[in-house]
Amino acid sequence: MFDVPRSMNLLQTILILAVAFLAVFGEATLGGLRQWLSAQVDLLPALMVYAALNADVVTVSLLAVFGGLWFDALSANPPGVSVLPLFAVGFVIWLQRELILRELPFAQLVLGAIASAIAPVLSVLVLLTIGQQPLLGWGSIWQWLVMTAGGAVATPVIFVLFDWCHDALGYQPRTETSFRPDREIRRDKKI
Amino acid sequence: MFKQKHYMALGAVTLATLLLLSLPPHAASRLKLAVGSWFLPLFGLAGTVQQLPITAADAVLPRRELLRQFEILRRDNEQLRVQASQAAATARENDQLRALLGWQRQSPWNLKLANVVMRDPANWWHTVQIDLGSRDGVRENLPVLTIDGLVGRVSSVSYTHAQVVLISDPNCKVSAVVESPAHDMGIISPGGPLDNSFVELSYLSGNASLKAGQNVITSGLGGVFPKGIPIGQIVDARPVEFGLYTEARVKLLVNLGSLEQVWVLFP
Repeated sequence: MFDVPRSMNLLQTILILAVAFLAVFGEATLGGLRQWLSAQVDLLPALMVYAALNADVVTVSLLAVFGGLWFDALSANPPGVSVLPLFAVGFVIWLQRELILRELPFAQLVLGAIASAIAPVLSVLVLLTIGQQPLLGWGSIWQWLVMTAGGAVATPVIFVLFDWCHDALGYQPRTETSFRPDREIRRDKKI
Repeated sequence: MFKQKHYMALGAVTLATLLLLSLPPHAASRLKLAVGSWFLPLFGLAGTVQQLPITAADAVLPRRELLRQFEILRRDNEQLRVQASQAAATARENDQLRALLGWQRQSPWNLKLANVVMRDPANWWHTVQIDLGSRDGVRENLPVLTIDGLVGRVSSVSYTHAQVVLISDPNCKVSAVVESPAHDMGIISPGGPLDNSFVELSYLSGNASLKAGQNVITSGLGGVFPKGIPIGQIVDARPVEFGLYTEARVKLLVNLGSLEQVWVLFP
């Protein structure tokens, strides 16, 4: 993992949280996919995959807490239901991040699919544990598949989006020159 | 140091979640409203953006078309005014007859129009948010409907917005009656997570005689929904629990998937 300045880490954390905020708002207001497929895609697990592979554990925790709270505030979930599932997904990926080929779009796609499949299942388990009765049935399997596929497709897109933001807003790498002082040819008039 | 940091994060998030989940209902509701209010600027922005194409379309609508629409609306208005005066006369007559019989006088419905601004992002709940809140007099458990029929009830209220739990959600139980000579009564419960145009009418008596196409309306029991709000029509019925009860599938009159404007019913 290359070292990045502290200000860059902060900018990345703010950017991730801002995207999470907009993603939750978009999920609540944009109903095109919901009307067409009878299911809404959740982008937070896909965003969590990016955060877990590219940011520190504090960012992963902040995304889980704030992303989960924002999601629960706009839904009928009791507050806090989505926090632990998001964090569980992000924390496991963060622990294994050195073993994951994060640059490969296929790896990102698979991780996005796994995260988007596990997070809603854990959320429903938390809901059932605290005595809530969410609307479940055979149709929920279709919704789960849509969420998994949607999250899988969204993950590489999020990586591309953040790479573009990183290039646009981050520090550019210094270009190396071929000049080396120890190899400088010193010319002298005396022979 | 490295290990301490991630174990601390794990502990902090777990503790925060446990604290949030153990909040009393009132505090949890207040927290949700506080966090939800962060989205208010975006609601305003989204409303403005949605209005832009409508304003642009209005600007380019030809005068002839406007005049045609105006004429249609003028005729509708005259017709509705005649019907309203007839209804008022009927209501007066009804009040007089109720007074003669010593029955309680029926109060007229007081409705307020609201825009649906948001849907539940979670697939396992069927709720929407409307742009009326406590500043408009909205409070919990007020019925919400459209001109077609019942939509649901208000479940939580903030200053500017309110959450409406739809009739297809498990948290919205409605006592309903079938418009038939037997007046069979049951409870409306959700149909399924995918199709929110059907609901189940449960706990009907075992010998209920139901036919497809019969209307289902609110019974007025329970104290939340007044009597007579249309809900839907019977599609089919089947015995459950070895014939102890009958369960019927009801096609809702309201298309819950494309709600844009609803009416909040004030007592």
